[in-house]
Amino acid sequence: MSILVSKEDKVLVAGITGREGRARTRLMKGYGTNVVAGVSPGHGGEEVEGVPVFDTVAAAVEAVGEVYAAVVFVPGPAVKEAAVEAFAGGVKLAVLVPDRVPIWDAMAIDAAAREHGARYVGPNTLGVLSVDKAVLGMVGGRAESAREWFKPGPVGISSRSGGITSSLAYYLGRAGVGATTLVHVGGDPIVGTPHQDAVRLFQEDADTKAVVMFGEIGGSQEEKVAELIAEGVVTKPVVAFIGGKAATEGTRFSHAGAIVEGGRGTYEGKVGALREAGAIVVDDYDKVAEYTLGVLKDLGEV
Amino acid sequence: MVRLYEYQGKGLLRRAGVKVPPGRAARSAAEATVIAREIGAPVVLKAQVFITGRAAVGGIKFAENAMAAERVAGRDFLGRTFRGQRCDVVLVERKLNVAREMYAAVVVDNDARMPLLIFSSVGGTGVEEIAANHPEALVKRYLDAARGLYGYEARELARRAGLRGRELVAVADVLVKLWRVARDAEARAAEINPLVVTDEGEVVAADCRVTADDYAVYRHPELDVQVAREFDRPPTELDLIAYNVEKDDYRGTFYFVQLAEGFAPEDRCVALHGAGGGGSMMSMDAALAEGFKVANFCDTSGNPPASKVYRAACILLAQKNVVGYFGSGSGVASQEQFHSARGLVKAFREVWLDVPCVERLGGNQEERAIRILTEYTKDLPAPVECYGKDTPARHCARRLRELVDGYDYGVRHEKPPGLPHNSSYSFRTVTGGTVSYDYARCEGCDSKVCVADCVPQILKLEDGRPALNIGAEEAARGRCTECLACEVECRARGNGGGRITLPIAGLHEYLKKTR
Repeated sequence: MSILVSKEDKVLVAGITGREGRARTRLMKGYGTNVVAGVSPGHGGEEVEGVPVFDTVAAAVEAVGEVYAAVVFVPGPAVKEAAVEAFAGGVKLAVLVPDRVPIWDAMAIDAAAREHGARYVGPNTLGVLSVDKAVLGMVGGRAESAREWFKPGPVGISSRSGGITSSLAYYLGRAGVGATTLVHVGGDPIVGTPHQDAVRLFQEDADTKAVVMFGEIGGSQEEKVAELIAEGVVTKPVVAFIGGKAATEGTRFSHAGAIVEGGRGTYEGKVGALREAGAIVVDDYDKVAEYTLGVLKDLGEV
Repeated sequence: MVRLYEYQGKGLLRRAGVKVPPGRAARSAAEATVIAREIGAPVVLKAQVFITGRAAVGGIKFAENAMAAERVAGRDFLGRTFRGQRCDVVLVERKLNVAREMYAAVVVDNDARMPLLIFSSVGGTGVEEIAANHPEALVKRYLDAARGLYGYEARELARRAGLRGRELVAVADVLVKLWRVARDAEARAAEINPLVVTDEGEVVAADCRVTADDYAVYRHPELDVQVAREFDRPPTELDLIAYNVEKDDYRGTFYFVQLAEGFAPEDRCVALHGAGGGGSMMSMDAALAEGFKVANFCDTSGNPPASKVYRAACILLAQKNVVGYFGSGSGVASQEQFHSARGLVKAFREVWLDVPCVERLGGNQEERAIRILTEYTKDLPAPVECYGKDTPARHCARRLRELVDGYDYGVRHEKPPGLPHNSSYSFRTVTGGTVSYDYARCEGCDSKVCVADCVPQILKLEDGRPALNIGAEEAARGRCTECLACEVECRARGNGGGRITLPIAGLHEYLKKTR
């Protein structure tokens, strides 16, 4: 098993005729994702990487039947339109890759997702990859790299940084620890599937035995994971690393979500909450794999 | 998240129909006196800087008449700094007769993913203190962005906070209008603190803080935001130069913020060039762990073209007295790393790099990236080392420390004269750059690496010389992705006939002034 996406899931690509849309459709198909349709207004009837292109989501669904997931590659200001159209077309999961999505657009997307009972990942995400099954978005960049870097195994990976999502999976794999699914929750202050949601999904997934999480200063996602552990909702071991130790109040990084404000979202606060709840917080990034291996040995998974 | 000045926020409130004290922003003492005369003394002068607790540091003062306003504005405000922030604008307003202070705000709640309206019939301090000391006076309500806020809901909120009668009606009216201001500006937060009841019984916004959304300001020209990025100080010249590069080039991300200025070599500041938000953050931690300070934070990621990485490197290296250049990302980047390598090579060769550099370019095509960066920089005065995904960031930071410790900074290195270049053929690029070829050089070149290595494959050979195989217009619209192969690869493997100039507005002037 895995979370969020698997081999059979039917996927459409919004913005398939753009620079990123084309390149990542190649990656997704190459990795095994079941890409059944593309949507690009004005390009209906064309084909990209052997995928038929439609003018609207409704047209795509009429032609190929119900679609499970939509991966969105349109410029930030157009993401709201694409996401809401996908939900209205019955899509259950939207992966919103672009950054620069206005925050009021993000709130509108959220409201639409709730209305339609759908989920979204992102915005500002590299996406989701279930090892050796399917990828939504651009994790790995190239299919051959993704196959080389990511090994199957019992760990779920959730990260607030795109680069670190791949980096964690690679370093774990090198240490002999494979993964079920990699989730880049996104770098923005508002994201559809924050750490606490991803970790819950991993808790419910039979094949995931432990979770590795890359957190960052700012926001409260890591604290919410700590709450879930403390409440006993999450019982699988969580190994965490928190980035941004050196940051002081108000320091700005390139992730809009990574900022300490009003004394909240600090490195110390997150580490403290997670440790108190029983998670393993690793101080040295280069030791994450070693600790995870230890956890799996204790579980008898290695 | 870019902050607006008080006077800008009050402008939005005024246009929405919320009462604010009569007054205007002044940029000179003479202007301050004109305003004071217009509105009638006594007036209050308020420093337009992004700090809290202005009164405590002399950022709010009163003046009894227009003459005094001029004196106070010139002497105590304009050109002065308040907790490190220079005050260039002073707000001159009629002094209010304050009877009571209240608090009102609309903020985007990131966890709830909805706008939240907060009102308190007690104000003046921060909202956390109000919540702790006067919980009964504080009311909150989540709002549906599409549905908005009805007047009766606002009145009920005001009633629950303890208001009655005319005051209840006046406050409810402010709440509805504040909601509209926040929504119409797509603000991250719009706060009135204090919202004042005057002795005359009027409800007036005495202060206002609006935080706009970086990603939405492009559709809000009315906010008059020059740099859609939050600084806890006005942007530096380099911040602005970097911001303008990013603003005009949507491909990939280039984020830059200066963290130190006016430092000496002994301060051991390095230029930090990260890739990816998390990776950059960890690279910063790695550099600090080795006893360095960082001159800046920088992130080029999201598949940026080589030209963007080049411009970033030029800007980083314009920081005087950095002792080294440290580049490191997440380690396993999805993007094709050789683009970044080419951008760095071009920048390092142009500035004739004379501080040690350690780069970690792990990820797709890293072997190629490492080869390009190390081989094409061998003749530079300073050492350039490059690593891939199997070398941790901390090791790279340690290598940089070793290189810096062993490097002789006392030697001046003159850049040797470049090859003469007579343009025989040229075309423009999407960011105002120019690609040109000196055919006299191309004649003797067997490699034709310009055509072979061109990423978008837009070049062909014409009588053995490179030329576009598409229209020049099309190239200038972005088909030429500025992969820099026809300069960087041509110099290393061809005959050096290709040259690319990529302007960076303001950088030349900056360097002239600081060097």
